[in-house]
Amino acid sequence: MKSESEHEQMNIVIVGHVDHGKSTVIGRLLADTRSLPEGKLEQVRRNCELNAKPFEYAFLLDALKDEQAQGITIDSARCFFKTAKRHYIIIDAPGHLEFLKNMISGAARAEAALLVIDAKEGVRENSRRHGFMLSMLGIDQVMILVNKMDLVNYRQDRFDQIKAEYQNFLKQIQVEPITFIPISARTGANLTTLSNDMPWYQGKHLLQLIDDLKKAKIKPEQPFRFPLQDIYKFSEGGDERRIFAGMVESGKIHVGDEVVFLPSFKKSEISSIEGFNEPVKSEVSAGCATGFTLKTQVYLKPGELMCRSNGEPLPNIGVTFRANLFWMGKSPMIPDKKYKMKIAANRVWVVLQQIVRVLDAADLSTEFQKVQIDRHDVAECILQTLKPVAFDLSREIEATGRFVIIDNYEIVGGGIITQSITAAESYNHKTLVPTDYSWEKSNIPIMARTARYHQHPKLVIITGKDGFYLKKLARSLEEILFKDGHYVYYAGLANLSTGKPDTAVWNNSNRCEREDDIRRIGEIARAIIGSGQLLITNVLELADVELGILKTLLEPNDILVIDTNRQKTGNYPGVINLMVSNEMGEALERIKTMLWENEIITGCYSSYSR
Amino acid sequence: MNVLERLENQSIYILREAYRNFKNLCMLWSIGKDSTVLLWLARKSFFGHVPFPLVHIDTSYKIPEMIAYRDKLAYEWQLTMIVGSNQKALAEGQTFPAGKVDRIACCRLLKSEALKNTLSGEWTRYKFNHQERKYILDPDREPYTGVIVGVRADEEGSRSKERYFSPRDIQNEWDIGEQPPELWNQFKTDFAPGTHIRVHPLLDWTELNIWEYIEKERIPVTSLYFDRGSGKRYRSLGCFPCTKPVDSDAQNVAEIIEELRSGKFSNIAERSGREQDREDGGSLETLRRDGYM
Repeated sequence: MKSESEHEQMNIVIVGHVDHGKSTVIGRLLADTRSLPEGKLEQVRRNCELNAKPFEYAFLLDALKDEQAQGITIDSARCFFKTAKRHYIIIDAPGHLEFLKNMISGAARAEAALLVIDAKEGVRENSRRHGFMLSMLGIDQVMILVNKMDLVNYRQDRFDQIKAEYQNFLKQIQVEPITFIPISARTGANLTTLSNDMPWYQGKHLLQLIDDLKKAKIKPEQPFRFPLQDIYKFSEGGDERRIFAGMVESGKIHVGDEVVFLPSFKKSEISSIEGFNEPVKSEVSAGCATGFTLKTQVYLKPGELMCRSNGEPLPNIGVTFRANLFWMGKSPMIPDKKYKMKIAANRVWVVLQQIVRVLDAADLSTEFQKVQIDRHDVAECILQTLKPVAFDLSREIEATGRFVIIDNYEIVGGGIITQSITAAESYNHKTLVPTDYSWEKSNIPIMARTARYHQHPKLVIITGKDGFYLKKLARSLEEILFKDGHYVYYAGLANLSTGKPDTAVWNNSNRCEREDDIRRIGEIARAIIGSGQLLITNVLELADVELGILKTLLEPNDILVIDTNRQKTGNYPGVINLMVSNEMGEALERIKTMLWENEIITGCYSSYSR
Repeated sequence: MNVLERLENQSIYILREAYRNFKNLCMLWSIGKDSTVLLWLARKSFFGHVPFPLVHIDTSYKIPEMIAYRDKLAYEWQLTMIVGSNQKALAEGQTFPAGKVDRIACCRLLKSEALKNTLSGEWTRYKFNHQERKYILDPDREPYTGVIVGVRADEEGSRSKERYFSPRDIQNEWDIGEQPPELWNQFKTDFAPGTHIRVHPLLDWTELNIWEYIEKERIPVTSLYFDRGSGKRYRSLGCFPCTKPVDSDAQNVAEIIEELRSGKFSNIAERSGREQDREDGGSLETLRRDGYM
């Protein structure tokens, strides 16, 4: 028999809108797999009888008084659960908006997520918000449980309808779900056995799907990162060791390796790896809370980042970076105020230099003119630390690319670093951000338009070297899409059609005219896309930096670049690149197919019109 | 990296984070297996040293072997050992065994109240003197601002909602709806004057993990956990009037592990021998909101 410690362990969080049945799912899983302590089920049933209320599986988890009284989960509860394959900690996260920070705490510990949607109520605000938070927290294994199927008579069309709607949403935030599964936690359908009530469901039951989840691999090939948590010298008992303690966050290191501490740039060499009640080690790798002694004595403070100095990529060192940040504080985050930031083992003062945009996590609409970041907002922003810090981009090394913000003793924000900004770039960025938007917002969410028009609004840019062909292709594309019944508009700027980037002239305000035109296209596109239409334009030899500008202006609405010249356009996330031929008919056919394949235009009328 | 290694590394990280951030830090030691594992993890974290005091709340109703074991380890491991108690309640007989109050009130007086006032320094503390091997009055009355506690999430409902770093207000109270967020490995280490933080490095451990770790590291535990011929042993330790031994013939750590993994206790809650949990549906939560461990 396997000893306990040889088993794999996995943390899974369960999220979703309030009352969609998260606690019931877990309660039922625990009961059906006999993971409950003896007598617990009977005890809860008895309590229900005493209080004359019907028994619910959720009561098993919502063990706290406040929660039973209100019937909601206030904090993340953990429960332990095992299958033949591995051991699980299931974290039950609250669905109420008010408890979003508790949900985040639960989710930040997880390796995979189950997102529950009520089949009867359908996709709700927090179904989307939680989905979005999961992607921000870096959880890439997400399974969607369409619950309460018993309330919709186990109908497949209802399941398909919810699946189509939510999949559309996930696509926008670049989340690829593992699967959608129809269940009823109340009746136990498809939880631990396949239900006869849904013969149309061909997949696996929930328990099998959970066992199929993959463990994140520890990546020893990543560069070595060791945030210096503390330095010890306990002279008690004649102990003369000076030990540099912390957790190895990535990579590995050997005794004898040369190291550099950042941002101070002090160097030394690993002399020994220290431990207590364990054999002597010559190497440690990611995940180890350990300690080192060094060959030469260097004076350091906790918070520095120790890295290998022999050839491995070093982190960024700077004061300014772009980040995605979510705010949990009761008071908003405001520019020019000093906040404490904790990044890896370091603590520094940080200032919100600029809000690039604020994203409403529930419907993914974007606001540019906000002057502060409010509670539950997700913002893209530029932060500046008062002293240089060492950091990585979170997509490269997670642990050293994320941070929390502290205000008035409380953790009020969390974020991931997406880009390092040098002093020069920081100026460019400021001029780029649209400060001139003061439009009043429409009450109709973009989702509603997407559903009505059966299309996802997009900016379609046709680029290449032959200006004349580009214009013709763009106009023809508009015509055929219009004939097919789609909402589409062509707009081209003369300068962009013919004026090459390298002949660009500079205007009075010392800005490149071509860049101004690109901005103009971006601004028009914002309005047209906002109305739910596709905008087609043509730009001669679109440059990476220009695409970057458009991307910034239009996010989260994706841009589609159609390249007639097989030149390499920038690999921006969310940008679809398509190479097409110089033969008009063939090119049009190719573009149309791609639009269908990516569900930018859909024919799925039936699923929305019911 | 297996489960025990992962748990050990995370707990060490948390203990070091606590030591780095709290000037007046202490660790509660109930003498039971969990807080003894915690003490062992502290020695691991600090390379053989325990650089903060251990605090024990003595209700005077503890099983006598527990006290003997406490003082033996305190001496051998060179621990800074602090003991506090509710001397007034004991003198007046305001206890359950003396018949004047019920179990819940007894817990509140002898544990919660004693703990609160020992931590704040309002009541007298006694410190183990290593030369004389006895307890003497501790002149230090500084309040502890960080308190390390060995609770586990799998013990019962309210503990499953705890944070690794959990704030307590001036009244020592726990506000479950308003807990701080914990993101990745960043915890609440900043706190307002007058408040303190409870640190819970063992939150993710199960009872079985604890015993497997005791076996792996060969951590000495009190013999009360083993059957010594009577067919009974303690599964959880507390005050003798309210803690009953369970029927079991497990005589060593390996047999306990077997019993928990596939034997008679694989489906029975650990605290089933604790009477105070039973008195009303949410009693432990009521006690915990009030500062009980």
